[in-house]
Amino acid sequence: MPLPTPQSSVRVVTMKVNGLDLSAREDETIIEVCRENQIPIPSLCYLDGLSILGGCRLCLVELEGQNRLFAACSTRVAEGMRVVTNSERLRHYRRTIVELLFAERNHVCSVCVSNGHCELQNLAQGCGVNHVRMPYRYPHYEVDSSHEMFRVDHNRCVLCTRCVRVCDEIEGAHTWDVMGRGSDCQVITDLARPWGDSNTCTSCGKCVQVCPTGALVKQGTSAGEMVKDQSFLPILARRRHLR
Amino acid sequence: MGNPRITVATAWLDGCSGCHMSFLDMDERLIELASHIDIVHGPLVDTKELPAQVDLGILEGSVSNDHDLATAKAFRKHCKQLISLGDCAVNGNVPAMRNAFKLDAVIERAYRENVDLNPQIPVDGVPRLREVVLPLHGVVEVDLFVPGCPPPADAIYYVLSELIAGRTPDPNQLTRFGA
Ligand code: SF4
Ligand code: SF4
Ligand code: SF4
Repeated sequence: MPLPTPQSSVRVVTMKVNGLDLSAREDETIIEVCRENQIPIPSLCYLDGLSILGGCRLCLVELEGQNRLFAACSTRVAEGMRVVTNSERLRHYRRTIVELLFAERNHVCSVCVSNGHCELQNLAQGCGVNHVRMPYRYPHYEVDSSHEMFRVDHNRCVLCTRCVRVCDEIEGAHTWDVMGRGSDCQVITDLARPWGDSNTCTSCGKCVQVCPTGALVKQGTSAGEMVKDQSFLPILARRRHLR
Repeated sequence: MGNPRITVATAWLDGCSGCHMSFLDMDERLIELASHIDIVHGPLVDTKELPAQVDLGILEGSVSNDHDLATAKAFRKHCKQLISLGDCAVNGNVPAMRNAFKLDAVIERAYRENVDLNPQIPVDGVPRLREVVLPLHGVVEVDLFVPGCPPPADAIYYVLSELIAGRTPDPNQLTRFGA
């Protein structure tokens, strides 16, 4: 016999996004409400099904009556909230963030396995980034191909930590972590050992599928061939949550 | 629209000439364009000198050696408007992949380590490589960016026809990094 569903104590709030009247559950965040209502909000670190980081700042929105900007992924909705998702100021910041991501590492889309299927590349086009105004850093990064199925190319990493979170929260292996500070941050496997030597990785491939760029890819893919599928994530996340 | 004619100069810096090939890919539209533009300099014509006054300059490729730099500066000086065409010009692309290494190491690798027969570093009649490869706007001011590797012929056609009509094109819908 199915258990009786517990009485929900979650209330509904009414709010406005870009002048549009919406209702939402009070335990939802702004990005969830926007995405349910087909209001586009860009994000790199936020992914439905993973814990919230609030790191990439691409989902910044304006709240009426407040001077500072808020990350839509980590801000809960509230009664009477008035949200603006697409002002000139927001577009300016988003464009700048995307340009900084390109300047920080070595992105060569034309020869990248993710060319044409990359969230960063799509964002650049969507934000009107047709060149990068700041000087490129050209750091030196290694490519680790030691895993028999996958490869990590740190030149394409945007430090969104989706890989870290999916491996820890969904797969339960916690192979990934982050090492270093500031722009020297780097994702690592186990204690910065080659991925192929990892004794925690189950080779499930979840990290590869959630990685928004060409940083984590399948071995044997060539330019433009790496297409990712993230549809498994909300389903697995819900099942984990229900247990 | 009347029949305004504009002069166009193109050149090919450190790249593969793919952007010029994409230009040719406009096929029969080239004939239509020919009634509006005069190509006064570039790999498609025989002149060696850049005229003193050009309406539109189009540069493909990144700035990798002293000759690229001189060409970029000459184009900026003589062209009313300057277009950065293709990913090498816009973001450095493949030529800039050497920037993660020291120039000496790159030269050593290319001309000695990988050569069996008579390894030597060319110095006669070739321009000096610069320490860092830069996108075009890293050395001169650029008016319009057309990314893509190469930018599709449709994007180039759109940009040229808008400019001929006296409008400012936004090629963002037709091309992107790596397109
Ligand atoms: S990861 Fe994306 S943005 Fe970076 S080079 Fe590859 S396609 Fe381009
Ligand atoms: S393949 Fe699976 S277990 Fe291995 S690092 Fe990626 S998510 Fe973790
Ligand atoms: S490897 Fe991919 S998923 Fe992991 S932090 Fe870098 S960009 Fe994000």
